Amino acid sequence: MDIQLKRGFLDVCVLAAIKNEASYGYKIIKDIKPYVKLSESTLYTILKRLETAGMLTVRSAEHGGRLRKYYHITNAGLKRIEDFKEEWKQIMSIYQFVTKEDHHNE
Amino acid sequence: MNKNDFLVRLREGLSGLPQDDVAECLTFYEEMINDKVEDGLSEEDAVAEIGSVDKIVSQIVAEIPLPKLVKERIKPKRRLMVFEIILLILGFPVWFPLLITTFVIFLSVYIVIWAVILSLWAVELSCIASALVGAAAGVKFLCKGDWTQAIVMISAGMVLAGLSVFLFFGCKAVSKGAVIVTKKIALGIKSLFIRKENA
Repeated sequence: MDIQLKRGFLDVCVLAAIKNEASYGYKIIKDIKPYVKLSESTLYTILKRLETAGMLTVRSAEHGGRLRKYYHITNAGLKRIEDFKEEWKQIMSIYQFVTKEDHHNE
Repeated sequence: MNKNDFLVRLREGLSGLPQDDVAECLTFYEEMINDKVEDGLSEEDAVAEIGSVDKIVSQIVAEIPLPKLVKERIKPKRRLMVFEIILLILGFPVWFPLLITTFVIFLSVYIVIWAVILSLWAVELSCIASALVGAAAGVKFLCKGDWTQAIVMISAGMVLAGLSVFLFFGCKAVSKGAVIVTKKIALGIKSLFIRKENA
């Protein structure tokens, strides 16, 4: 898959993983795993990018005698997911057009 | 490799980057390994799953903007000694013009590249304009009934129109090349700072 395209997808995947409740690094990777492979180093850069863009906030909480970072989605992050859904509708209509051309040529 | 070895190696790999970024990265990976161990993995397996330190470092460096890297590079690791400050001030007439010169040289290289491209597009534009004028003049002579002049003007206009089509593709290719060269220069400057840091 095109790298830029995949990058955009992964950003939304990470946002979706923290949409319903705040989550932490290891759980995000585990939740996304059935759908798309995401390495720890890629997740790190995505989380930093999303934090800089104001789409999530980071809060440390105690867990088993140590601190764990929890990622909380912001309104901007929720909006990004909604925008993605809208974009996807357009992409699907383009896809239908492209595959229709295929049948036409056969 | 156990957790501590991994974190030590990661810290070495990231040396030269801003302290905040290094600390943040180390916390992230320590937490990741702890969570994997809590999930039933051995420390060695958890570290192995995370992958090579080199890959992690290169990915982080690529995300940090150049100004931040330069700032970290320029920032002295210890406080300046008094005689160093005096030397800096006394040497100002020497190092400041040198700094400005280096900057101006880089800037002029950029300007030269883009001036060439600008002039190419100017030629292209003038070709199109002359072609239009030629056609218009041809029509004017045609109305006057001056056939020879009309034919000369119209054919000149057509030749210029053809030329402008050829030139358009040339200009486009050269502009594209210049953009790539400019990007490569920027990337080269960036990697210069990273390599110096790791040495």
